[in-house]
Amino acid sequence: MMIDHPILGPRDAEEFVYLGDACLMVRPDGMAADAAEAFATYLYARENPAGRHRELWFHEQGDQSWLIVTRCTRTHAIEKVELAQDAARAGVVGQ
Amino acid sequence: MKRFSGLRILAEGLTGNAGWRPHWRDAAPAEAYDIVIVGGGGHGLATAYHLAETYGEARIAVVEKGWIGGGNVGRNTTVVRANYLLPANQRFYALSLRMWERFEQELNYNAMVSQRGILNLYHSDGQRDAYIRRGNAIRFSGADAEHLDRAALERMWPFFDYDNARFPIRGGLWQPRGGTVRHDAVAWGYARAASARGVDIVQNCEVTGFDIQGGRIAGLRTSRGAIGAGRVGICVAGHSSRVMEMAGMNLPVESHVLQAFVSEGLKPCIPGVIGFGAGHFYISQSDKGGLVFGGDLDGYNSYAQRGNLPMVEHVCAGGMALMPMIGRARLLRMWGGVMDMTMDGSPIIDRTPVEGLFFNGGWCYGGFKATPASGLVFAHLIATGTPHEAAADFRLDRFARGHLIDEAGSGPQPNLH
Repeated sequence: MMIDHPILGPRDAEEFVYLGDACLMVRPDGMAADAAEAFATYLYARENPAGRHRELWFHEQGDQSWLIVTRCTRTHAIEKVELAQDAARAGVVGQ
Repeated sequence: MKRFSGLRILAEGLTGNAGWRPHWRDAAPAEAYDIVIVGGGGHGLATAYHLAETYGEARIAVVEKGWIGGGNVGRNTTVVRANYLLPANQRFYALSLRMWERFEQELNYNAMVSQRGILNLYHSDGQRDAYIRRGNAIRFSGADAEHLDRAALERMWPFFDYDNARFPIRGGLWQPRGGTVRHDAVAWGYARAASARGVDIVQNCEVTGFDIQGGRIAGLRTSRGAIGAGRVGICVAGHSSRVMEMAGMNLPVESHVLQAFVSEGLKPCIPGVIGFGAGHFYISQSDKGGLVFGGDLDGYNSYAQRGNLPMVEHVCAGGMALMPMIGRARLLRMWGGVMDMTMDGSPIIDRTPVEGLFFNGGWCYGGFKATPASGLVFAHLIATGTPHEAAADFRLDRFARGHLIDEAGSGPQPNLH
């Protein structure tokens, strides 16, 4: 797979480390009344879709940036690549 | 069901082999059943068999999206073993290994069960200590394990690269009762035995939804029409998340692709099953002569049933570091399967919030060796409503409770288990 890095251009997926679903960026409030339940869901539950999946990749052997890659889990085709920090600033990190 | 025997092979041979019949009935779905098992792989068929045979249940169906033997039960590397460290896992896999030993006699089916032994190599002092500790845990569970030093290894496996500069081989943990089983024959054997006990095996029947009334399962919607069901058991491996989503559940599961490889056929050269301790690589030789081997997950969510080339290179490099003699063998075929990887690397066998709906999955890439015990304990759960003692820890709520069964100690990161 080739990941089209927004800054560095097309890079081999082998340069990256995969973390998982981009919903991991939305950390629950640890002080909320339902924090224990919210963290159990945050840590363990996954949508695990067959198809379009927004996921976190870390460019370990590159510029150390976190990317959100939108990829099809049925075909491995990559639809969109964005910097995680841009998505976080724009508030569009969840699925 | 006509029994298979040496005498029958002789008799059929003398009469033109005209008496062989299909091993199981290809049933059409009835309107309703007491119990429907979703997924006609090894686990689903074994569950149906034990429901009928061990727990005396009747009116059972197995519905399968494709054909029997076409899923992960026919796509794995056929290894059976019971060499886990944690008691929750080892108790269960020790039971499974005992069940493999009587599998063929019980089912009257030749599954080529071959207890050729499994060897896990260590490459450092620290790894040696960890393996000896594991070996003790295995022996406490009633399964077998022996520590072999380098001199003992050299007698049986002279072809290892012992003095590899990066990964010298110091010894290994040997389980003589481990080995391989012909995977297709496991599916066929269970299908035949279940069918003979009245189980309807319905192929090409994809579940498209659940009929849930007042929090209780009432039936299934399928590509072959609605089927009423008092109880439903789910055994769908890599597609667990997709199926359980139809019942409104998000599982602690990611689906990943795992590749496996077979070389051209060679004369017998590799005794036992061998696992490299410095990388994830394991290998055995099939009875046809092909070297069957595999390694790590590709590492990203996938339902594609195919992997990418970097992992092919990585696995083969592991093989070359361990036994350079395989370098000139040509790769004949390779394939990928979808694994339901849980957040702690251990399976889930439990009730669900929907009354009458039971779940069996999250086998990661260790589901094949679990087949007989998985069928028994899941049948126990469906028939009695309580967990079997060998699987009492495989609960769905263990994640929220913090009682994870994390063999690798790598946390909620499925691609590391």
